[in-house]
Amino acid sequence: MIKDVSALLAAHPVFAGMASDRLDFVAGCGWNVQFLAGEAIFRFGEHADRFFMLRSGTVSIEIRPPTGPTHRIETLGAGEVLGWSWLYPPYTWQFDARAMTDVRATAFDGTCLRDKCEQDPSLGYELMKRFARVVTARLQATRLQLLDVYGTPG
Amino acid sequence: MLPRPYRVLARRVDTRDTVTLELAPVRDRQAHRLAAPHGRSRPGQFNMLYAFGVGEVPISVSGDAADRGRLVHTIRSVGAVSEALCRLRPGDELGVRGPFGTAWPVAEAEGQDVVIVAGGIGLAPLRPALYHLLAQRERYGHVSLLYGARRPEEMLYVDELKRWRSRLDLDVLVTVDKATENWRGAVGFVTTLVRRAEMAAGSAVAMVCGPELMMRYAAAELLGRGMAAERVHVSLERNMKCGLGLCGHCQLGPSFVCRDGPVFSFASVRDLLQTPEV
Amino acid sequence: MWLEADAPERLAALLADRGYRVIAPRVRDGALVVAEVDGAAALPTGWYDETGPGRYRLARRPDSDPRAAERFGFTIAAQAWKPFLHPPEVRLLRAERASGGSLRFTPEPPPERPLAFLGVRPCDLAAIRVQDRALTASGAEDDVYAGRRQGALLIVVECGRANATCFCASMGTGPGARDGFDLALTELLDADRHGFLARAGSDRGRALLEELGARPASDLDLGERQRLLDATARSMTRQVDGEATRAALAAGAELPMWGSVAERCLTCGNCTLVCPTCFCTTVRDTSDVAGGEAERWRSWDSCFGLEFSAIHGGTVRSSAAARYRQWLTHKLGSWHQQFGESGCVGCGRCIVWCPVGIDITAEAATAVRQAARSAETAAGRGGRG
Repeated sequence: MIKDVSALLAAHPVFAGMASDRLDFVAGCGWNVQFLAGEAIFRFGEHADRFFMLRSGTVSIEIRPPTGPTHRIETLGAGEVLGWSWLYPPYTWQFDARAMTDVRATAFDGTCLRDKCEQDPSLGYELMKRFARVVTARLQATRLQLLDVYGTPG
Repeated sequence: MLPRPYRVLARRVDTRDTVTLELAPVRDRQAHRLAAPHGRSRPGQFNMLYAFGVGEVPISVSGDAADRGRLVHTIRSVGAVSEALCRLRPGDELGVRGPFGTAWPVAEAEGQDVVIVAGGIGLAPLRPALYHLLAQRERYGHVSLLYGARRPEEMLYVDELKRWRSRLDLDVLVTVDKATENWRGAVGFVTTLVRRAEMAAGSAVAMVCGPELMMRYAAAELLGRGMAAERVHVSLERNMKCGLGLCGHCQLGPSFVCRDGPVFSFASVRDLLQTPEV
Repeated sequence: MWLEADAPERLAALLADRGYRVIAPRVRDGALVVAEVDGAAALPTGWYDETGPGRYRLARRPDSDPRAAERFGFTIAAQAWKPFLHPPEVRLLRAERASGGSLRFTPEPPPERPLAFLGVRPCDLAAIRVQDRALTASGAEDDVYAGRRQGALLIVVECGRANATCFCASMGTGPGARDGFDLALTELLDADRHGFLARAGSDRGRALLEELGARPASDLDLGERQRLLDATARSMTRQVDGEATRAALAAGAELPMWGSVAERCLTCGNCTLVCPTCFCTTVRDTSDVAGGEAERWRSWDSCFGLEFSAIHGGTVRSSAAARYRQWLTHKLGSWHQQFGESGCVGCGRCIVWCPVGIDITAEAATAVRQAARSAETAAGRGGRG
């Protein structure tokens, strides 16, 4: 099972090129999960102790204001990484994540990984670098979304 | 060059500010000898459309270039002239000059995978290319259409999108920037779809059209997947008064967008697009 | 061949008789202009101009001055011949909408009488040929220009004097004319004689010389012409290195000079108005109140205007720096890529008529200098720049 998950990780841009023993270690912190359509994956404010590699289905990242409808700000699909708040303080989720369809994913124990990073800073640096790419790509896409480039000017 | 009179055959409202007109040349009237000839357009080209007494604007052909009897244009109401054009009804006449400009590289793309990336109204100038690809489907490899719009109700050609999506030989991926409650599809900027397009990046051809910012970032994503900048094509827009390379307005560096474009390879315009105020 | 001093007037009369609209230099409103001749040509005999950056002075030589008899003692008219071939304002077409909604378009007919330009300076001749290339030989043909250009008769008068702002010699467009004219005259005036050396450049030119009774010129006179042209060329104080400027501008979008010139440039567009090669235009559609008749008018436009590069999202070139950069880069740089030659003929009008005296030759030299420095810096960084 670890080798399956290692292979899954190795094929993903975020983890590609990582040394196989480290991949195995990360894979060892993983387990398969499933969510039914409509199920909450995590909620704003909860302790962020895991991240997910989505295998199938669509997940929606949402913000629920005090009144009015929930805003769906982004959707993620197969092959995408969900969640980086486990790696950066304050280690709490900043948004809600909900399965829009049935979702199959591999979840990874963030707490366990974080502890190992404290002991092995070079692993920590490597994971920081790789997850930074997830964050920056998401930031860039979000900025373009915010620009409202299709909008009628003036 | 003199406009030729065309008659509106049909009018269809696409979104709250966009209309598609089907036109036919007026044949029952002697056209002046100096009038622009009714040329068959190639996918990606545009005409100068004249609203009587108001003015002329460049609008890409958005219908099937192979259809000689009908000329189709999708117009977004953003100013006085386009607004006047959007108000035309079947039976009304307008002036047409063209077709002008360079075309999408549908011939060069034969034998390769093709990725079409459309943002907002950018789907309109790309639709003729897609029609061509689908009409000669066996000549192309994998074909994907990646389409991003601001909101679900601002999508163009929704019925056609659904028909295209049901084809087995075409991948259609759609996303919106802002979802509505009923939207069950992807949410996110159109560039997020690029990583999902199936293609042999080393040899694939991309055709990209939409707001200039969107094209720049989409091209960057395509290059990031390993595509060659010479094989990514964009359609640019600049102020045009003549469509003939004579009024000087549409210059982008040394190019006249009306004549050397509007379709350019990203390689040939990348530096210009990245230089502010060129 | 040789013609006497009254040749210009005789030419004007002859051509007017033949039905040409004769355009020649004259003094008007304190400046030297080219305008339609009515009746006898009132050539600006004895008048001369002195120019500098942002400076124009027209004066008449006192009768005691031996040069007071010069017919063409000035350099160039304030405005070139452009307004006659490429009109500042012209109707392109008329449109009618019948009560049923059907449209009919009628083009504007070309002018009936052909033009005859008397006194075209070699730099302005070069400018006409630059516009020929841009407007009739590079793709679509401009009907309005072609209609006026066709049949136009060009009589060049070479320059025996240069102004401080002239730099035709370095642009290869003067002070002598090689070809492209119907007739080329060179005024020679000294104690012994006053007249014009005349060369025909076409059949029409040859026929004119015959009609005027031109006699063969002496070798002395031909030698005098060459000495005069050489002296005129040598007297020019300004120059542009065409090729170095072109290369500098090709990669010059980020040079520091654009910010500096923007501090002086008012974006008034005077330079584009007086430049004999600038050809940009805009169109204006109008209609009557009833909505049955409409017209399309075309008029000169300038890349210095804010709306010039406007698209529905806003203006692309909104800063003065970007607009000046566009003009200079087009004129001395990308014009080469578009039309295979420089867009500048060295007439210097832009220097004279700039309210703040921006000097195109100085800006060109700055571009070359800054581009070289920028290349050095990049090389100095091990080519990583």
